[in-house]
Amino acid sequence: MRALYRQPTSAIGTTLLVVFVLVALFGPLIAPYAANEQIAADARQPPSAAHWFGADRLGRDVFSRVILGARDILTLAGFGTLLAVISGTSLGLLSGYQGGLFDEILMRFFDSLLAMPALLLALLLLGTIGPSRNSVLIVIVVVYTPIVARVVRSVVLAVKTKGFVEAARVQGESRRRILFREILPSVLPALAVEAALRFSYAIFLVASLGFLGVGVQPPNPDWGLMVNEARTYVSQTPWALYYPAGAISILVIGVNLMADGLKRVLQSNGS
Amino acid sequence: MTDPLEVTPVLSVDNLTVAYRQGESWLDAVRDVSLRIEAGQTYGLVGESGSGKSTLALAIMRYLGEAGAVRRGTIRFAGRDLLSLAETDMRRIWGAELSLVPQDPLSSLNPSIRIGEQLAETLRQHAGLTAAEADARAIELLRRVRVPDPERVAGSYPHQISGGMQQRVMIAMALSTEPQLLVLDEPTTALDVTTQAAVLDLFRDLIQEHRTAALYVTHNLGVVARICDRVAVLYAGELVEDASTADLFDRPLHPYTQGLLDSVPRLGQNKHALQLQGIPGQIPPLGERPAACIYAPRCPLAIEICHQERPALDAPTADRRVRCHRWREIMAGEISAQQQHSGAKPVGANGADDHPVLNLQDVEVHYPIRRSVGEVLAGLPPRTVRAVDGVDLSIPRGRTLGLVGESGSGKTTLARAVIGLVESTHGTIELLDIPLPPSLTQRGLDTLRHLQIVFQNPEEALNPYLTVGETLRRPLRILLRSSRQDADAEVERLLAAVRLPASYVRRLPGQLSGGEKQRVAIARAFASNPDLLIGDEPVSALDVSVQASILNLLNELQIEHGSTTLLISHDLAVVGYLADDIAVIYAGRLMEVASAADLFEPPYHPYTEALLSAIPLIDPEAQQEHIRLDGEVPSPTQVITGCPFHTRCPRFLGDICVTQTPPWRVDENGKRIFCHIPLEELRLMQDRVIRDA
Repeated sequence: MRALYRQPTSAIGTTLLVVFVLVALFGPLIAPYAANEQIAADARQPPSAAHWFGADRLGRDVFSRVILGARDILTLAGFGTLLAVISGTSLGLLSGYQGGLFDEILMRFFDSLLAMPALLLALLLLGTIGPSRNSVLIVIVVVYTPIVARVVRSVVLAVKTKGFVEAARVQGESRRRILFREILPSVLPALAVEAALRFSYAIFLVASLGFLGVGVQPPNPDWGLMVNEARTYVSQTPWALYYPAGAISILVIGVNLMADGLKRVLQSNGS
Repeated sequence: MTDPLEVTPVLSVDNLTVAYRQGESWLDAVRDVSLRIEAGQTYGLVGESGSGKSTLALAIMRYLGEAGAVRRGTIRFAGRDLLSLAETDMRRIWGAELSLVPQDPLSSLNPSIRIGEQLAETLRQHAGLTAAEADARAIELLRRVRVPDPERVAGSYPHQISGGMQQRVMIAMALSTEPQLLVLDEPTTALDVTTQAAVLDLFRDLIQEHRTAALYVTHNLGVVARICDRVAVLYAGELVEDASTADLFDRPLHPYTQGLLDSVPRLGQNKHALQLQGIPGQIPPLGERPAACIYAPRCPLAIEICHQERPALDAPTADRRVRCHRWREIMAGEISAQQQHSGAKPVGANGADDHPVLNLQDVEVHYPIRRSVGEVLAGLPPRTVRAVDGVDLSIPRGRTLGLVGESGSGKTTLARAVIGLVESTHGTIELLDIPLPPSLTQRGLDTLRHLQIVFQNPEEALNPYLTVGETLRRPLRILLRSSRQDADAEVERLLAAVRLPASYVRRLPGQLSGGEKQRVAIARAFASNPDLLIGDEPVSALDVSVQASILNLLNELQIEHGSTTLLISHDLAVVGYLADDIAVIYAGRLMEVASAADLFEPPYHPYTEALLSAIPLIDPEAQQEHIRLDGEVPSPTQVITGCPFHTRCPRFLGDICVTQTPPWRVDENGKRIFCHIPLEELRLMQDRVIRDA
């Protein structure tokens, strides 16, 4: 943790993320208004003391909506990334260690998934299963598992020929134990970096899906949705667009900087 | 034989100190070293890893990277002060008057430029030749370094030629401009023994022809004995002894030199006759070097003054220098760091228990190579890599069998096939009369318990995330099904058996030295009390002074456990020391099997004869036959009919060697030789390859 603060860029990134997480956690306590509270009288008000980020055309407080939206986007992206990491790691470990036909088939299948742009793949999936919160989770897992599996697999390939892994095999260790006790610890540094990076992409994906209207549905205060809604009225209520868009950008940049710092910390200690 | 008119040495280094920057501070890697190299002289720089020899060589060439710098001292090259020159001036000297032959030729040759062009480039740059002249001269140079078919090689890319040839190209490049000083940084370390011998011969001839001065950096004392005129011994960055080669080997004056000479197994020296002495402890890391005598912590002759005051560099004779407080006593013969220990009595069956622990019959390991689409369409048959091509071996209980071969001989593949990491494709492997399934996964835990292995690379031998205790507990829990308490007690005993303190149980591998890691790996292998232990080059990656103690440890443990050992190595001296019987393997097949004592006596298989004559001996006075093999070890995809050695055999008979598989010829001592030449003829043709002076 401390190491992340040594570099100025990763310090900034980590701090930003921490701020957003805290905001998401304590959202309801900080937000002055409810997410869908419409005050007709305040409609289209520019930023002021009453409404720090202004009000949108329906009189909803933008500031509150941004804060409450943080929770949604972070939990969706976070949980989705976690699931993708778990499934990607399991498959990568197994595939890398087993090798052979299983590995070939799985990797070619993943290659075909990776050949499609993430957003396109997401839209295809959502078209089939219908938009909802759970659908978004599924989409994140499907889209990002292949990359995580690839990264894990490449480390497994490098590690499995090392003396200590062969020694474990010669001493009759069970395959499960070899994967998790001998190989997995060497995988963790690369995996942590990749997970952080996937997290930032997942945030962006959730926001994009919201923007396109196939993610979280209104009236939820999803940032992507907010950007989409405010798009048509940008001349009247530009703040209703800028603030959610800014929030997306800043969060993604922050997580990216943190991932970069993580990489420097972990992969200079490693090989 | 110094010509009084040529008093100026080619290289003159005075009180040189070289340091590396680590964070904020500078750590001295080389401290206060002085030496002189005369014209035509080959000067050896000997030391183990961490001695600073490479740093010194690079510093002399002013090739240090960003992190290193010369802190004090002077370097005079052909009368000029090198340290004061700017880089533009140095560039005129580099390659023209001062050349380097580095350790790894493949990383020093540009992979995308043809060989001829790389040679020609140096010539155009420094000798000012025209393009045509340079190209012609390049071919001539290749011929001079005895590269067969120089036109073809000149047109090839580096990866298309073998390691030995690449190194010859590097030598050609270095000598192309007739430099005054040639710096060689372990140039033959990566080469096979037989290739190394030819390259060393070449090198010696060229040096004499050109009267080039040379600085030869190496850790191999045998090589030093063969080609160096003078030797400087470096320890932890300091020059501890400097003498002519003959003097150094005949009468070493510094305890470290004596210890080194004692640590290296001589060819033909067996554990029963003479025990190796290692040097306890390890080289102090940078930044932890004592201000007093740097060798004192490990020196068996250290007295109080050694721990308090740094010895000066004295000159016992006009021709020698040594940095030791007690050199006078050593010179007078009153004390010595060399201790001759008589060997352990041979233990175990001498035929009493004939039952072999390991029995291999016609074992083959063939890998199919996947054909490319083009090959399939052309109807070409699939090629196979014949890594092991029919090996019969058996090891009686309690004996050690050494398997010796060069790279590509199949020795490692055979070891892995016995263990099951690689599947044998033919033949039987029997352990204690029970046939073993080819794959490790098919073998039960009971089988695994009896058969364990120690690998070559100690750095990767241990899981970096598990403590020593956890690593040692695993085989006990799995293979012996011990309870946690029993396992813990046994772990303590194992650590004691490999001479490591009990406190190491909690240490992580990152906190251990290379030798210590290998000890833990050995302890782990012995944990289940295996009947057969396989050592796959167990000491090759370790420093010379550490090797001896590991070899002795393996010997002791084997005696203690009553186990049998299969020792794989490329180093015939190591195998000759530790093994009771030796098998020589070439191109996947055995050439000779004999007891360790018999192997070094005639009759020899022609390959064994060539091997023995190729190995550089430590004793510069000893006489050695000069048999050199042409070409390289054949690639395992080549199908060679008849005798696999016939393409390079100095005693090639004729058609019979090409068409017919040789018989096994057995002599009265039980030595087996795979050759068409009858034993009696071999006996008449061959002298002892190595004769004492």
